[in-house]
Amino acid sequence: MQYQLKINGESRTVDAEPGTPLLWILRDELQLTGTKFGCGVAYCGACTVHVDGYPTRSCQTFVEDATEAEITTIEGATDKVAQAVQAAWREKDVVQCGWCQSGQIMSAIGLLTENPSPTDEDIKDYMDGNACRCVTYVRINEAIKLASQKLEA
Amino acid sequence: MTINVSRRGFLKATAAGTTALLVGLNAKGVLAAGTSAAVATGLNPFVEIDADGTVTVIIKHFEMGQGTTTGLTTLVAEELDADWDAVQIEFAPSDNNRYANLFFHAQGTGGSTSIANSFMQYREAGAAARDLLIRAAAQKWDVDASTITVENGMLSSGGNSGHFGEFVAIAATLEAFEKPAVKTPNQFKLIGSEKLHRKDNTGKTNGTAMFAMDVNLPGMIYAAIIRSPKFGGTVVSFDDADAKEIGGFIAAQVLPNKAGVVAFGKNTWAAFQARDALSVEWDFSVAETRSTDAMIADHKAMLDSPQFDANHEVPLASVAPVLANATKTIDAEFTFPFLAHAPLEPENCTIEPTENGVRVHDGCQFPTFTQPMVAAVLELDPSQVEVKTLYAGGSFGRRANATSDYNTEAAMAFAVSGGKVPVKLVWSREDDIKGGYYRPMSAHRAKIGLDADGKIIGWDHRLAIKSIVKGTPFAGMVQNDIDPTSAEGVAESLYNVPNFGIGLSDFQTPVPINWWRSVGHTHTGFVMETLMDMVATETGQDPIEMRLAMLDGGTANQARMIEAIKHVREISGWKKGDKRGFASHFSFNTCVAVVADVTVDGTTVKVNKLFMGVECGVAVNPDVIRAQMEGGAGFALSAIYRNQITLSDGEVYQYNFPDYDLLRNHEMPEVEVVIVRSNNAPTGVGEPGVPPTGPAVANAIFAQTGTRIMDLPMSKAGFDFM
Ligand code: FES
Ligand code: FES
Repeated sequence: MQYQLKINGESRTVDAEPGTPLLWILRDELQLTGTKFGCGVAYCGACTVHVDGYPTRSCQTFVEDATEAEITTIEGATDKVAQAVQAAWREKDVVQCGWCQSGQIMSAIGLLTENPSPTDEDIKDYMDGNACRCVTYVRINEAIKLASQKLEA
Repeated sequence: MTINVSRRGFLKATAAGTTALLVGLNAKGVLAAGTSAAVATGLNPFVEIDADGTVTVIIKHFEMGQGTTTGLTTLVAEELDADWDAVQIEFAPSDNNRYANLFFHAQGTGGSTSIANSFMQYREAGAAARDLLIRAAAQKWDVDASTITVENGMLSSGGNSGHFGEFVAIAATLEAFEKPAVKTPNQFKLIGSEKLHRKDNTGKTNGTAMFAMDVNLPGMIYAAIIRSPKFGGTVVSFDDADAKEIGGFIAAQVLPNKAGVVAFGKNTWAAFQARDALSVEWDFSVAETRSTDAMIADHKAMLDSPQFDANHEVPLASVAPVLANATKTIDAEFTFPFLAHAPLEPENCTIEPTENGVRVHDGCQFPTFTQPMVAAVLELDPSQVEVKTLYAGGSFGRRANATSDYNTEAAMAFAVSGGKVPVKLVWSREDDIKGGYYRPMSAHRAKIGLDADGKIIGWDHRLAIKSIVKGTPFAGMVQNDIDPTSAEGVAESLYNVPNFGIGLSDFQTPVPINWWRSVGHTHTGFVMETLMDMVATETGQDPIEMRLAMLDGGTANQARMIEAIKHVREISGWKKGDKRGFASHFSFNTCVAVVADVTVDGTTVKVNKLFMGVECGVAVNPDVIRAQMEGGAGFALSAIYRNQITLSDGEVYQYNFPDYDLLRNHEMPEVEVVIVRSNNAPTGVGEPGVPPTGPAVANAIFAQTGTRIMDLPMSKAGFDFM
């Protein structure tokens, strides 16, 4: 089947079986490999992209359900909030292995877009679905606070 | 496809016909310099300086998040006086000799050795390069070399100044010093600096960092393997009728070693779907068919009559008569489950045909094994196997194993595919959780004898565990029948304990096991530090004072541990009678002491804060050390809270993160790290944060509830965590 997708502002046509998760379309067909595979069952958040602005697990989003939506991946995350988050991530040296970090960043952008001044509890609640095996949570939470300050300034 | 970590640097310079200065080891293994052309005659560089002044550090270790790319770059840039922000990194190609880990005499990363073994080697390469540039500038400017200063990638003398690149052409014609002078610690600007940021920050925050699973090659097909549900089973026959219904399915083949059936697909999803649709008949005649409950009982039975004495100076048999005179004994038994490493990037490997052999794309932890093992499967000479190292999405030991299991599987898949197109083998999370290579399960039993004054007079310690190294290419580590990774942490305890006998038994099972972040210390640290807390309680001593007294033997490592303990006591404000938990443990030559602040409400435990004191010699990158302590502590917490791999009738019960749940954001305690200032040679930091964290928390739970936790994970004792 051919599907028409709108990804990072561009229209892309892909050939895929119905039921294929968006994750594998991004990674294998479109070479947008910044979006990562961690579990395939919506339990780790490594595959998080934005669908119409909302952080969404692409491993549990079927290609046929994504054709009407605006999809943004880490490669297309360039707005003001994204820039603040990425800068904060670098300042705080958040990353270790890095595999979870695209997903963490997409979730953090979602959080700060909805709630520019989150409390510690807001951050922990919102980010709880993004697992980090290297356990970089201390710095993730500090970076989100820093990005929030950057956006307020 | 673009890969930002490769041999691009020196190959690029060769192609463009410009001169670059390379400094590294020549064919004799001696520090030498040359141009790109020298690569052909056997110079393998640690540092390359291009005509435009770009400095590239060639990283001989792989990066799984532990910070090696930043660490090795710091060592070169320090001695070179390079401009930190302008220094780039590339991973080294496979080369057992010149890119060897100096502690292993083989190319590989592990045992928290990357900085320790590279500390002088990479600094000397930087120092040699700096010296060559100075001599080249002296020649070009016709000044005395002693008038030249180097700072931030610039050389200057009087009115002359220029960037590194302006001198590489002359420098590459000069002889390098084999043993150049390096800086003294008081001259360090980058080593120990709090201002450096990680070298892998940018790529890992914008999605461009290339990991093995991100490899896309023209014509590539994808592979997924169905493995025996019981460890050690083999394929009798299979049926792919249902797989043929899956769109994108290409073919299925039995692996040559009969350990599984590989399904090929046009993409990862098709390969996974087709694999799941295969039905396979297995031969379980030599497979593990026990449940983990039975295996725990079998471990405990082995404690009755240990096979080996792990402390040669004190045979276990000599301890019983001593204990017969004890006024009081402390008896305890501990059990530990299998644990999966669960690196967030599941195991994967791509093999591509080249003109002369194959290229292996992997987040490769041990090229020394991958190269010959892939060669053996494909009946090639190891020199025909090129290993391309990419970023690894975690490892925690999983990617370093004696069989190079998933590399070998990829080679078998490539072979049965016909070997004409690139094959990417991808493991699903289920494959990873059910796939073995676990931290071995184990059981410990201890009997500690105290005299009337509460002093320890003897200690009978027994443990049973499957050996990680026996029967593998690592078997050379075995000494007098003892696999050091089984008993380490009990066997080289820093405490002065009289009559300390250690009996070890090797458990046998077909379940493949492997080192897991901090290896034997994952269980020995927990046991030793729980026992120390029990002794302190029994004798009414402050747990910290008691340990300090037992470390009073005057060895260098005891002195280092005392420092780590005193530092953490100070930052935590520990007082006698404290209701927090304390533990300290020496591993990978590093001393870590932890105070755990815990709240218990009924059976619900909240770890509020961990204070960690670390003595790891010279702190090359203090912030990376802190990050490794935070990460190591968090890694320990999910394991002690709830992680376990259990088998019933030989089959793994857990399947994915829902029942092997990693530590979550809301569960992470605050962490405060104090690093002891030290001029000792640097020691490991990737693993040593793990061992003392669990027992510090367990001791805190005891302090508040009176419950000792001896069977892990703690969820077995009815605790839950928030
Ligand atoms: S891969 Fe989608 S949530 Fe884990
Ligand atoms: S940085 Fe490794 S999983 Fe998060």
